[in-house]
Amino acid sequence: MNNGVLDSNNLNGGQKLAVKYFSVAVILFVAQILFGLVTALQYIIPELFFEVLDFSVARTVHINALVIWLLFGFMGAVYWLLEDEAGVETVGLKLGNLAFWVFTLAVTIVVLVYLFVQVGPGDDTTRWLINEGREYIEAPRWADIGIVICILVFFYNAAATFMKGSWSGISGVLILDLVALAGLYLAGMFYTTNISVDQFWWWWVIHLWVEATWEVLVGCIMAWGLIKLLGVRRQIVTTWLYIEVALMFGSGILGLGHHYFWIGTPEYWFTIGGFFSALEPIPLVAMVVHALYDSGVHKFKAANHPAMAWLIAHTFGNFFGAGVFGFMHTLPQINLYTHGTQWSASHGHLSFFGAYATIVIAVFYIAVQQWRGGVWMSGDLPGNGWKWKWSLALLNIGVLGMTMAMLVAGYEQSFIERAIEGSTWSGYFAAQMHPWFIQGMNWRMVFGIVTAAGTVLLVWDLLTIGKGEKRTRQEVS
Amino acid sequence: MITKWWASEEVWRKIAVWVTAGMLLVLMGLTFDTIPKISVGSERVPAYSIINQRIDYVFDEKRNFQVPVFGGEQPLFGKMLSEEEAEALVTWGKKITQGRNCINCHTLLGNGAYFAPDLTKAWLDPNWVDSDLREGLMINFLMDPPNNSMNSSGRKMPNMDISEEEAKAIIAFLKWMSSIDTNGFPYNFKPVEQEG
Repeated sequence: MNNGVLDSNNLNGGQKLAVKYFSVAVILFVAQILFGLVTALQYIIPELFFEVLDFSVARTVHINALVIWLLFGFMGAVYWLLEDEAGVETVGLKLGNLAFWVFTLAVTIVVLVYLFVQVGPGDDTTRWLINEGREYIEAPRWADIGIVICILVFFYNAAATFMKGSWSGISGVLILDLVALAGLYLAGMFYTTNISVDQFWWWWVIHLWVEATWEVLVGCIMAWGLIKLLGVRRQIVTTWLYIEVALMFGSGILGLGHHYFWIGTPEYWFTIGGFFSALEPIPLVAMVVHALYDSGVHKFKAANHPAMAWLIAHTFGNFFGAGVFGFMHTLPQINLYTHGTQWSASHGHLSFFGAYATIVIAVFYIAVQQWRGGVWMSGDLPGNGWKWKWSLALLNIGVLGMTMAMLVAGYEQSFIERAIEGSTWSGYFAAQMHPWFIQGMNWRMVFGIVTAAGTVLLVWDLLTIGKGEKRTRQEVS
Repeated sequence: MITKWWASEEVWRKIAVWVTAGMLLVLMGLTFDTIPKISVGSERVPAYSIINQRIDYVFDEKRNFQVPVFGGEQPLFGKMLSEEEAEALVTWGKKITQGRNCINCHTLLGNGAYFAPDLTKAWLDPNWVDSDLREGLMINFLMDPPNNSMNSSGRKMPNMDISEEEAKAIIAFLKWMSSIDTNGFPYNFKPVEQEG
């Protein structure tokens, strides 16, 4: 043990690999924020980087960096808890390491091609080598295949380690969830000219990832986190995890229907999508109750205060961002007017941040704590822990502010472009030029800068927290 | 302490498994029902050769929203196409829209980015003045968007190096997409003036 210094001797095999994933995740997080700032600014100064780095290019990088940094964060989190949970060393670690480098190289090439090649002709070569042109899964086909192979290696590492060691409720749910996660990606890997069928399966990847399998994956991380940080009894968190899986899949799988209102699919999806997606917030409320109740029972005595704070931010962010902001426009009666407006962007920002960014950041803090030798990270940190507290505040205020600004713009768009003007091109621009929309975009920019400031502080804190700390971590029982 | 049945780990594990399996089964059943209903040539998603016909978007009293309505012949660029030719042209058009990453500024069927107008009913947009001028205006716009900008917001579509043939293919795809029955999305749309 080497206290207070970043030393890989403090980590087990799986954790050594995990911190590599986390490092790339942090870099991509910063990239996401930078390209987000560019797109936000292009709403205000449309000629910015015109025909050099157009909105479409910057946004592609913005949303792809988001997906990949979260995925890297999740994969790192699983490698992180693997040996601890299974009780044996990671199986096939060398292969896992190789997959990490292949994955990272592939991501780098894909991003460079997005930035410097950008577009291609309307043939199959473009889709295989440059850009598939489908939102969130723009990665060209060669990269899709690479991603699937890397995910299979990751799955092998996890499943084989649990099989060699011991299974638990958490690992059982986790492994089944990873099977679904990997399998669903395949639903996005084909071409069809029929755009209705195209979007039907596209939503299997997008919705069933973010509103089902990712939610259950973070449920597993949360369950493990509560045991580690608070010392909650395993039986309690496992039971909660099962309840959450039942509620999450019970509502989220058919909640897919809320994407099938307007893409050509039959009208019965109004009822199915509306009903089940209205139920989707329930498991998220359950998580808030669960985490806060456990924290209260343990008198908020936690082994890692920044991580615990981010876990609590996760439960609220997940509930408000995914739950409340999702529900607000999920019924077809309102979605007819809000679908494809800034309203969706508003929900998207708060939910991705609240549900996923928060919990991955919590795991980053758990990782640096161990990386520095399992040092003290509870109260009484140098400078009263101002860096983690301020970055927590700035990031949450920043994202919440952007969400509200875009919501105002979205309201205005729904009324003016959609309800009154009838969604024509001139109606679209009438709404885009309305003062309420412009104000919304300006405030989004302001809060985007707040978010960026929070990100800078977060990175600084992750690099320095626990440096030179001699006390060992707070014991929890 | 005796655990009540409703707080039992075992009970909830079983519920989780059964609920998940049950929902997946229902989803699979619905998928089998939906896919044929949205296949090309179905009532909701017409065959590609619909681009030979007049397409409109008219309020339907019974369903209480606008639906696509098909009229007589209105061949695209004055040329009637066979089913195969139409499919080839629409396919090329869609591949171009993917290759040029259109969806990261525009929305198609409402999905995509919000920096530029929705393209679901672009073929029917009143911006194209009337059905006589429409095709020419669309080709001009696609081939040189910055110099044919149609709004005063300052936002322009970049030049995407689209040739005339490519523009025609994109327009074929847009015309076909406007024929899809989208359950009244977009609402209250005001289609272009068309003859016939």
